[in-house]
Amino acid sequence: MKKLIEIKNLSKEFDGEIVLKEIDLTIKENEFVTLLGPSGCGKTTILRILAGFETPTTGDILFEGLSIVNLPPNKRNLNTVFQKYALFPHLNVFENIAFGLRLKKMKEKDIVQKVKQMLKLVKLENYEHRNVNRLSGGQQQRVAIARALVNEPKVLLLDEPLAALDLKLRQEMQYELKEMQRQTGITFIYVTHDQEEALTMSDTIVVLNNGLIQQIGTPIDIYNEPKNRFVANFIGESNIISGIMIDDYKVKFEDYIFDCVDRGFHFNEPVDVIIRPEDLSIVPNDNAPMVGVVESIIFKGVHYEICVIVNGKEYVVHTTKNATIGDIVGLTVEPQDIHVMEVGVVLNE
Amino acid sequence: MNKSLNRLSYPYLLWTFIMIVIPFFLIFIYSVTSSKEGSPVIFQFTFDHYREFFSPSNINILNKSIWLAFQTTVYCLILGYPAAWIISKINIRKQNAIILFFILPMWINMLLRTYAWQIILGRSGILSTFFNIINIKYEGILYTDSAVLIGMVYNFIPFMVLPIFTTLIKIDDNLIEAAYDLGASTKETFLKIIFPLSLPGVVTGIILVFLPAVSSFAIPRLLGGGQYVLIGNLIEKQFYLLGNWNFGSAIAIILMILIIISMMFMKKTDELKSRGGGTLPW
Ligand SMILES: Nc1ncnc2c1ncn2[C@@H]1O[C@H](COP(=O)(O)OP(=O)(O)O)[C@@H](O)[C@H]1O
Ligand SMILES: [Mg+2]
Repeated sequence: MKKLIEIKNLSKEFDGEIVLKEIDLTIKENEFVTLLGPSGCGKTTILRILAGFETPTTGDILFEGLSIVNLPPNKRNLNTVFQKYALFPHLNVFENIAFGLRLKKMKEKDIVQKVKQMLKLVKLENYEHRNVNRLSGGQQQRVAIARALVNEPKVLLLDEPLAALDLKLRQEMQYELKEMQRQTGITFIYVTHDQEEALTMSDTIVVLNNGLIQQIGTPIDIYNEPKNRFVANFIGESNIISGIMIDDYKVKFEDYIFDCVDRGFHFNEPVDVIIRPEDLSIVPNDNAPMVGVVESIIFKGVHYEICVIVNGKEYVVHTTKNATIGDIVGLTVEPQDIHVMEVGVVLNE
Repeated sequence: MNKSLNRLSYPYLLWTFIMIVIPFFLIFIYSVTSSKEGSPVIFQFTFDHYREFFSPSNINILNKSIWLAFQTTVYCLILGYPAAWIISKINIRKQNAIILFFILPMWINMLLRTYAWQIILGRSGILSTFFNIINIKYEGILYTDSAVLIGMVYNFIPFMVLPIFTTLIKIDDNLIEAAYDLGASTKETFLKIIFPLSLPGVVTGIILVFLPAVSSFAIPRLLGGGQYVLIGNLIEKQFYLLGNWNFGSAIAIILMILIIISMMFMKKTDELKSRGGGTLPW
């Protein structure tokens, strides 16, 4: 797919405080890209720079190969869905959605047709004449999305658009947004701090922390091959263990040498080992590589969350088989489920 | 909670009754009665005072008053809106200082301030002294229509600036960014978002300026001179000079009816503007 946006070596300071540092990111056409990270890591700032409300301190942004950093917001071919919707309170639903089209001096007939089409897409047919202040949060959000999408931008920027909605509505909207993105073929740059939301919706996830990109990858990459402790911790639950790389495909932790699929480390290099809770299995304690005591068991619906203490360290195991508190059990893990990371790449923790 | 609140409002209601309802009632009674000397009945019902008002010269005075109030309102709006806009844009500490500058003169007696204008605009005033120094012939504009207008605008402009300023700072920055984001230029954003959202402040400002302006009599007297008669001066004259309270009351009631009609008209315009979208914070 074609490159649409290239962010090159972008940095941003506010009053000497560095908020974004050397951001490099390429976004392709029709891609659903999610910026994921904890609150305050700079996600909104990236969107505001893309939209043109902030200028970068250093670096450049290319849009279809041309720099846009000096272009005012109203000249950029992208639209924003704001975190707090920002609907115009003096205009009704129809006029809110038609706002961008009226500026383009489009014919009334075409405006009516396009707005109607949008209302259908966001499932608000017959809401044209409603007062936007009297809509529910979910409906206001749909109007905000329609108001942006009706202009057929190349890119839609969405800043935590579902954060204010309750869980059920949020899940529904996640599905609908993804569907809209697929139908319209518009590139979505989506900001969230909710890792589950990022994993369900995105083609590409960009994990950020303290203004630095930690990892860029598909949801599966990010989940299965986190690059560092921060990503591993932020995306899902993980057991993170300090270990030593004995040789290619051999890693030692908890006094046992495990087979693994990683290679290319220095001889005896200290590493971080990540094992997802669902990749650990409880086995009889004889011959198991790790042996520990069951400390707690929580029933989670589909699985049990069992906490096992090995050498004084806590391991979280997700399994469908129950155990008994106080039992001595063994733990195993398959070689392909052991993820070895360099210790050095931990950024800004 | 509600009950105790209600009880707290009793003194206020009593106050309203004594200070507003009763005087109004008395004015109304005066306006529809006459108390001719030698007549056995003290109060005699009559519409004569109302009929008396509609003479060509009085209508002229009424027109002149409305015209002056209208001009005052328009100038206050033209000068006040940009001022409010600029104040709303500057940083918050300077903002408070400037707002104080606007309010401070209002703490000084209005007559005193108007006397100051007499001195500035008069034949031997500051302005003419200045013009004389730089050798320009200047007679002073005191006792002209322009002097009255300047005094009126000066006196009433804070009542236009403050309500507009209040609505402007309440506009969410996100709305302005959203407008830019959707392709609006600075001018379009102002016309389509900022101005409509500030309309409640504009309407309040217009009412706060027009109403007192239409019935003012002190400023026209001091800056317009003795021959400058407005409806306010006419009322004043009936009460203080001629002792004709009945006629004075009738004029006051007529003025009030005009004001109520124009207020209803303003409110209607305001409602039309909001086009069933959001109800504007009134
Ligand atoms: N206009 C601004 N002036 C000063 N600091 C700002 C401004 N905007 C954002 N920041 C700072 O930049 C950092 C990142 O903010 P933001 O991009 O909003 O984070 P996120 O959206 O990821 O929560 C925060 O520490 C915030 O305080
Ligand atoms: Mg944010």
